[in-house]
Amino acid sequence: MIQAIVFLPLIGALIAALIALAGAHARNPSGDTVEHGDHGHGHGAHGHDAHGHDAHAHAGHDDGHDDHGHGPVEPAAFGSRTTEVITTALLLISCALSWVTLVDVGFMHHDARVALFPWINSGDLQVAWALRVDTLTAVMLVVVTTVSCLVHLYSIGYMHEDPHRPRFFGYLSLFTFAMLMLVTADNLVQLFFGWEGVGLASYLLIGFWYQKPSANAAAIKAFVVNRVGDFGFSLGIFAVFMLVGSTDFDTIFAAAPGLTGKTINFFGWQADALTLCCLLLFMGAMGKSAQFLLHTWLPDAMEGPTPVSALIHAATMVTAGVFMVARLSPLFELAPTAQAFVMLIGGTTALFAATIGLVQNDIKRIVAYSTCSQLGYMFVAMGAGAYSVGMFHLFTHAFFKALLFLGAGSVIHAMHHEQDIRHMGGLKDKIPFTYIVMVIGTLALTGFPLTAGYFSKDAIIEAAYVSHNPMAFYGFLMTVVAALLTSFYSWRLIFKTFHGEPHDQKHYEAAHESPLTMTIPLFVLAVGALAAGYPFKELFAGHGIEEFFRASLKMHPGIIEEMHHIPAGIAYLPTVMMVLGFLVSWMFYIRRPYLPVELATQHPLLYNFLLNKWYFDELYDVIFVRPAKWIGRQLWKKGDGMLIDGLGPDGVSARVLDVTRGVVKLQTGYLYHYAFAMLIGVAGLITWFMLGGGGR
Amino acid sequence: MSASIMTWPVLSVVTFLPLVGAALVYLSRGDDDAARGNARWIALWTTLITFAVSLILVARFDAADPGFQFVEKAPWLGATITYHMGVDGISLPFVILTTALMPFCILASWKSVTMRVREYMMAFLVLETLMIGTFSALDLVLFYLFFEGGLIPMFLIIGVWGGPRRVYASFKFFLYTLLGSVLMLLAIMALYWTAGTTDIPTLMHTAVPRNLQTWAWLAFFASFAVKMPMWPVHTWLPDAHVEAPTAGSVVLAAIMLKMGGYGFLRFSLPMFPDASVYFTPLIYSLSVIAIVYTSLVALMQEDIKKLIAYSSVAHMGFVTMGIFAGNTQGVAGSVFQMISHGIVSGALFLCVGVIYDRLHTREIAAYGGLVNRMPIYAFVFLVFTMANVGLPGTSGFVGEFLTLLGTFRVNIPTATFATLGVILSAAYALWLYRKVVFGALTKPSLATIKDLTWREGIILAPLVVLTILFGFYPKPVLDMSAASVQQLVNQYAAAVTAVKAAALP
Repeated sequence: MIQAIVFLPLIGALIAALIALAGAHARNPSGDTVEHGDHGHGHGAHGHDAHGHDAHAHAGHDDGHDDHGHGPVEPAAFGSRTTEVITTALLLISCALSWVTLVDVGFMHHDARVALFPWINSGDLQVAWALRVDTLTAVMLVVVTTVSCLVHLYSIGYMHEDPHRPRFFGYLSLFTFAMLMLVTADNLVQLFFGWEGVGLASYLLIGFWYQKPSANAAAIKAFVVNRVGDFGFSLGIFAVFMLVGSTDFDTIFAAAPGLTGKTINFFGWQADALTLCCLLLFMGAMGKSAQFLLHTWLPDAMEGPTPVSALIHAATMVTAGVFMVARLSPLFELAPTAQAFVMLIGGTTALFAATIGLVQNDIKRIVAYSTCSQLGYMFVAMGAGAYSVGMFHLFTHAFFKALLFLGAGSVIHAMHHEQDIRHMGGLKDKIPFTYIVMVIGTLALTGFPLTAGYFSKDAIIEAAYVSHNPMAFYGFLMTVVAALLTSFYSWRLIFKTFHGEPHDQKHYEAAHESPLTMTIPLFVLAVGALAAGYPFKELFAGHGIEEFFRASLKMHPGIIEEMHHIPAGIAYLPTVMMVLGFLVSWMFYIRRPYLPVELATQHPLLYNFLLNKWYFDELYDVIFVRPAKWIGRQLWKKGDGMLIDGLGPDGVSARVLDVTRGVVKLQTGYLYHYAFAMLIGVAGLITWFMLGGGGR
Repeated sequence: MSASIMTWPVLSVVTFLPLVGAALVYLSRGDDDAARGNARWIALWTTLITFAVSLILVARFDAADPGFQFVEKAPWLGATITYHMGVDGISLPFVILTTALMPFCILASWKSVTMRVREYMMAFLVLETLMIGTFSALDLVLFYLFFEGGLIPMFLIIGVWGGPRRVYASFKFFLYTLLGSVLMLLAIMALYWTAGTTDIPTLMHTAVPRNLQTWAWLAFFASFAVKMPMWPVHTWLPDAHVEAPTAGSVVLAAIMLKMGGYGFLRFSLPMFPDASVYFTPLIYSLSVIAIVYTSLVALMQEDIKKLIAYSSVAHMGFVTMGIFAGNTQGVAGSVFQMISHGIVSGALFLCVGVIYDRLHTREIAAYGGLVNRMPIYAFVFLVFTMANVGLPGTSGFVGEFLTLLGTFRVNIPTATFATLGVILSAAYALWLYRKVVFGALTKPSLATIKDLTWREGIILAPLVVLTILFGFYPKPVLDMSAASVQQLVNQYAAAVTAVKAAALP
């Protein structure tokens, strides 16, 4: 069954790839057609694969290539509908099986380990392809396949004008496959495979509209920044292997207690071995989950189509870092210093991203910063050792954040690709369904009592409060303040988009509710956002944890018990913050709309600081990008050009050429002389050597 | 070694079949279209048959045996210099890589070479013999002849069929390699005077005096470092690549660079273990500099071929680092990395050739938005770009991962700095891909550009398959070399321990 869950999306991706390539081949002349001048007709004879001859029937009317990626001028690719149906159907099956698996593993305790085939075997390194299913995996399976399935369905409506749908659905399914490989990994290297695989899919999807320069730039940025994290991840794998002699999780976890107290000399620093491993591995998590310092790629990633943002940059891929820490909880539990660092980064990100979210005007970027902030929450829970609580928030967040993104997509769809909330307003009457689901998503995000987010988010704040982590108070403070900010910016989004006066009459008039393929996923997610909290409360943050997760997580001992005995004042604090944020937002954007403008003009420095995202992009440009380019140019021109070539071959050859230029004209015959001379030289040396050797 | 099944000298046949093909091409006189066509077809069939015969080697190869197989030994020059051939798990992958890639080289030159076709095909066939010979020679003199002889056809291929600055490039190539080969020849003589033999298997088990080890190691190093090429003797490579015709670049990047790495494995480590240990810090430094330095330089290139050439230097840095890590993962990773790089860099140069044939420029700025009209090409190029970046699931990952892992076990700072290459390679490779393939297609010169032809598709498809296959299932290559690698590593470790023990009072 697990094979079906993981490989059905791959099959979908491969079918989509074949259809996309066949279609692309049919609509673009291959080099073979040059003699006929017969553009656009991929005759059967030219088909590079089995689908070639199906394709040409649809081709031949596609000469107009427009300059923007998603214009309606280009007709839809051949097989668009087929691809949509196949990939979505396969995902639906995969999703259904995942829920069965969750019940099977979580409640029936049928953990599984399926070995597939060997991968990298060299000496004592034995890495195999294997699928591991325990409760932690099963939870992720459900999250990934459910959201992916809904996003596939939603995309049928959202992307219906796009001419490259087979490619799009292929990428979506490829992503899902890579993500499933990630969550079912049984060793660090396969985890890394999934890790980079989702990175590839993310790169391709962010850059899906490849004619947009901004999309291309964002795609590269996402990949390269993630690679910075992967730099740490790789070193972490090496370090673990050096200590344990294996990359298999079970072997590592079994050996971990014996490693306490060991040290590694890392650049002169006698580092505690486990702390070092965890810190290096966590660097990978920081990149993938867009944590503070490595967060810059996530907002830019919003250049991709909105369904992609919902799937990859909200619900699944960006939570891979959280999953990784949870998966490695037996290691992190033994490395308190690393845990403190995790909480420091998590808390910082939670607040930092929320402050930026306060003033952004792009509807998707607001949600993106919100994602960044919520991921910080999850890491606070991880740092506290309350891994299941972090996973709880990951689970609920997947529903309400995907809902918010897809809702935002519905707004954008209605507004004909307008994303600036300053140009919106009053939309609640035009698109009431979208309005309602967005409000539900916001309620869940801000932690309104009894919604999904309420249970998981409050649990995190409580966990931070009771944690004995040295950074615990910091984490607690940051998450509480961030709760206030979250509520503010979330309601700001709702008020500016759906309430007040329309700011762009033309778009407002044309606004329309989305088709069924889009509203059904919204409805399902809205139900999840409301109801995914309470039924799972005991399993993730209550007394059912040990029974449910068993060995798949190593919780900090006693933390759940302590969480149940916190003062009532602390327990109600997040809710108070939520209400406060709502009131301020209401005051600012409904009651006295002139207030925010005044505030911004009174504090231009602060406003610009936040609007420009703390100037991180500019900072990195100055300290990393430009120096790298400058050094590269210097090394090339000065190092290679002047120094090495100047002193070496050029100097010599210039002298030789000076001499020969007068004698021999530079023509091809001249080269034979050299070749001949070389041959003679070799032969002469060998002869001499033979004689010398023979006479020894 | 089972001599009974070997009724005919397979290895010699594989080695010299291309030479027979070259003779056939030579005999097919004339310079009209028919003669050119003949030359092409003869060359193609020769390389295909050679490849087919070389597969017999794979089939009959006993991967559990770490020693040399298919050994042929005959008296040759004088009493001591013998015609001694044979392959083990380290050299066989390179032989197969050579025979497998040559048909692609011939096919890649099918249309683009129109001048002196016969001579061109002959040069490639002679080159193939010399390259296979280099990897299977078991006598120092024989090795030297093959190794240095290979330069001549390459020199001609660049110098005659190259681009506008071909004379400069071939000259530079020649000067660099000349220096290395003279020194290596001196070292070979010195070895002979000391050990009394030029037989490689014998020398591998001979304890060379410490003093001679140092000098001989340096002399061999001079030759191999140029070939690899290692920083700072790498500057011939970008020029040679830029000027060479497509197939020349493929051979250069895919096979000739590997002769250096093969040399380190065959000579430096087993024959001069003490010196290897002594110079390991030097190798580490040069490797790390190569990885970081050339990756940064690659970032700023304006010529597609130059960019890929610099990235080759960076990738070879992983190889040298892994070899001198001296443990199983390091050495096995180096062998794998070389094979993988042979496939991937060869394919990348073929990809450049595809668009060069259409537009006759290699300037990055001349392209942009190719995906709009060449989607199949875009897909193929993406696969190789990702392999170049070392994405797991492509063959590029396995070699990089193993070499880094092996090095990390013995030297953490080196491995850490080298891992920076992972970030930089993503930066330059994706930047190139974006500039060439992505974007809007606005340049008028590209308005009528055509997607891959049948011939180009047939060339690139097997390489795509191999790149992905070895990414998911590298076992065939790793297993083929495992026993020999393990033996090499064990002997190296034993020699090193002996030295350390001797050094103690």
